[in-house]
Formats: sequence, C-alpha cells, structure tokens
Amino acid sequence: MLNVEQIRKDFPILNRLVNGKKLIYFDNAATTQKPRQVINAIKEFYEKYNANIHRSIHTLGEESTKLYEKAHKKVADFIKAKNWREIIFVRNSTEAINLVMYSWAINNLKTGDEIVLTIMEHHSNIVPWQYLQRKGVKLKFVDINENGTLKMRDFEKLVTDKTKLVAVTHVSNVLGTINPVKEIGKIAHDRGALLLVDGAQSIPRMKIDVRDIDADFYVFSGHKMLGPTGIGVLYAKAEILESMEPFLMGGGMIKSVYTDNFTWNELPWKFEAGTPNIAGAVGLSAAIDYINGVGVDNIFRHERRLTEYTLEAIREVENVKIFGPLDTKNRTGVISFNYKGLHPHDVSMFLDQLAGIAIRSGHHCAQLLMRRLGLVATSRASYYIYNTIEEIDIFIKTLKKLREMI
Amino acid sequence: MLEESEDMILKTRTLLDYYKNAKTKGVIEDADIISKDENISCGDEVKIYIKLDEDRKVREAKFTGHGCIISQASAAMLTEMIKGKSVEELSKMDKKELLDAIGVPLGPVRIKCALLSFKVMKKGVLEYIAKKV
Repeated sequence: MLNVEQIRKDFPILNRLVNGKKLIYFDNAATTQKPRQVINAIKEFYEKYNANIHRSIHTLGEESTKLYEKAHKKVADFIKAKNWREIIFVRNSTEAINLVMYSWAINNLKTGDEIVLTIMEHHSNIVPWQYLQRKGVKLKFVDINENGTLKMRDFEKLVTDKTKLVAVTHVSNVLGTINPVKEIGKIAHDRGALLLVDGAQSIPRMKIDVRDIDADFYVFSGHKMLGPTGIGVLYAKAEILESMEPFLMGGGMIKSVYTDNFTWNELPWKFEAGTPNIAGAVGLSAAIDYINGVGVDNIFRHERRLTEYTLEAIREVENVKIFGPLDTKNRTGVISFNYKGLHPHDVSMFLDQLAGIAIRSGHHCAQLLMRRLGLVATSRASYYIYNTIEEIDIFIKTLKKLREMI
Repeated sequence: MLEESEDMILKTRTLLDYYKNAKTKGVIEDADIISKDENISCGDEVKIYIKLDEDRKVREAKFTGHGCIISQASAAMLTEMIKGKSVEELSKMDKKELLDAIGVPLGPVRIKCALLSFKVMKKGVLEYIAKKV
C-alpha cells in the first residue's frame, strides 16, 4: 500500500488553489506533476555540476559527464535492458518514434512493405509512419472489440511476410486498455517483422522488462513518469542500433571528422547529436529513484483501487457513459467518459470552475480511435500516485451537479 | 480568489443562458449571407445567416450549429450584437468586441471555440463584399 498522505507532501503543486479550491489533478496521462526530489535534483545540477559533457577535462565537465552516463544506466536497469548503450535520450516518445522512422524504417522499407498499427494508437505512433506512404509502404490497422481491447485475431490476419514492423501502444491513452505486447511481438517475430512498443502510458505504472517483452524498440517520455519535460527514451536492441544510420548529424555523434568523411561515435552517442538535455536526464534519473522508492507494483495497485472505486461510483451519476474496459483486470487508471448533453470541453470547464478539478477533454491525439467510437471527443480523468478516494468523491459529486447546468 | 471564482461562474451562467435559450437560433430562408465553418478538433459547427436591408445593414441575423457552450453561446451573442450594423462595419469589426461580451477568460484552446462564429461571420461578410464590388 502507498502512503499517499506522505507522498502528497513531496508534490508542492498540490498545495495550489484553483478557482479557490484545492487542486485536484486528474490529467496524469497528459503529464504528471513533479516531486520535490526531481525539482531539487535539477536545481542541484545547475547549482553544482553544470558543464557540457564528454569533452571538458575539468572537474565539472567530468562530473556532469558521469551524471549523464549514470542516467542512461539508471534507465537501462529500470527497463531491464541488457546494456546501457541501448538507451538513447531524445525529447519524448514522439521524437523516439521519429528517430526509428528516419534512421531505420526509411532505409529498410521499400514499396510493397507493410506496417501494422492499431486503431487505438496515439498520433505519435501513426503520423510518422504515414510519412512512409509516399515510398509505397502500406499501413494496416488492427481493430478493437466493443470492450476496448484489441482484436487479437486481426494481428494473425494482418501481419504477413510483407510486414516489416508492428508498432503498438502498451497502454491506450484513451481507454486505459493494457495490450498483450509480448504476445503481439511473437506474432510479429514469427513473420520476420520487428516490434515497436509505445510505452508512454505503461512505464509510469507497470514493471517493464524489454527483454521479456522482446521489444525491438521501446519508447517513452520522462514527463509522464514524474520527470521533467524535454527528456524521453528510445530503447532498441544493440544490434539494430548498430545497423542504423543516425538522422541527426553534428557534434557528439562522430568519432573523427575529415574534410571528405566522418566516422560515427559509439552507442548511444551516435544518436545523440548536439549538446543533449543533461539536466533533463538528471531529473529523469531522480524520477526513476522516486518510482523505485515507492515501488511500481504499489503504484499499479493504487491506481487499480482508484479505478475500481470510480467505475463503481460513477454508475450512480446519470447521463455518464464510460469508454474502455469495465473491469480493472487489464486496464490502468485512465477513465474516458461522456456526459450526455454536454460537450467534453464544457465538462472540463465546469469541473475546473466548480471544484478545481483538472481533467482532459478532446480527441486525446487519437482521432482514429475517436472516429472508430463514433465520437469527436471525450472527457478523460487519469490518476497517479498522489490521487485519493476523497478526490474522487469530490469529482463524482461535481459530476452529479452538472445536471443543473443543462 | 473565491469572489473571482463566483464572478466567473456567474458569467458562465449567462453564457449557459445564451446556449440554452438563444433567441437568434434558426434559419433565414432568404438570407443575403450564409456562411459556415467548423472546428474539426472539437466538433463545433456554426452556420450564420444574415438578411440585409436596403442600406446594407443587418436587418436580422440567425445561426444554427452544435458544439460546446462557448461556441454556441458566442454565436448567439454575435448574431444579436451585429443587428443594425452595416457590412462595412462588420468587415472591420474587432474580435475583442465579442470576447468582451463573453467576459469569461478563455485559454488558447477555448478561444478557438469562442471565435468560431466570428470567423464564420467575417468569412461570409468578406465574400459578400467581394461579390458585390
């Protein structure tokens, strides 16, 4: 069990008032708040260690280089990667997927090749692949069942010898569905395709073992897991990274430069051109320490308890329709819903004005899924370690009040 | 802080009243200007009808559409506000006039909802002027 009261003390922002009410932050699938430990680590870096990495032979330069390398190792341990050199720091999941597209896919896929995606993907795992359509690469989409889970039989049908990549989200940012990525990976590998997993929504709340999943690529963002914005991760198997050409060229990614050519640096620097987000890496490192301290399994269980409570309590609210799995066996604490007669934007506005509750509304960067559900938008509440049953009670009470508004 | 919040809720209630009881909701069959647009990302849609008098001033304006409270209430307010104004005046009308009438502070996302009707009106008016010259 989490000591939520203790945890809440680590998050200064939770003391903020919004419209005269204590902030209730239910927009964690978009980004999480930051604990003091992460904020302090970044502050400490700038106050004590700040220097550019890799080249400066002075104390600060060596210390900052060590901290930056240590952050790679921390991430590698966190996701059970074989080698820390398989960890590439980027800005976010979107950039990680773009890196795979520009460095791997564009050089390895040709006309007639296929990529299998799912209808529940975030735009970040759709739009980069659409760029390859101009090369004659075909995209195919796995559909969902009525309960918001993937139609696993679609994979059997759609993944063929022509498939070069299966790219799938580990957890849906709209429905909260946890997808069986290991099983999907087997189907992909059996037919000679690689597996890319979008872990943006899974890594903050689930134990990740990239070797057990057998993911060829695994991507995630730091800011959804207590870390700062502007730091994200691409994990890829070393042999794949070795075979890939970098798509950002410049300082840091080269070993030696001559007037007519250059040689690439070793992993992971080959893919990290230019001065990277050193402070961001330090912050991410502190975020991982924080999560490890709390325990990922505890986070998952806490969210499940909040989700179970919500799914039960929300049934008493008239006019509310929930999307996604109705049991908590294979879902995380993301609750998408619509309020009959009110646009999701208005639901957000009223919750914010009446009770200081922050939820998300819109298409959640998943327009294909919205269209599949016959919707333009939903309201979405998403939980994390600092949320409480009391907050959910206020949320439900405020939802009930919305009846007076329409 | 609390008073501010109450003031905002009051203003929101005014918007809600416009949303629920819009006096200008409907179609003008023989309108001189008909213009329509939508915000794809949120699904808001507004269509504005304007009937002009002989001096090219708005005799009547109505709207149809669907979407969030802000987008529909702003359409209702706008169609009331522009009555009596000439097309030239409308072509120069500043969006601030409508935003002031709405009164609720709007973030970057919701401002698009609020200004959908304004955009639709401008488009229709400018097209009308271009055609008549």
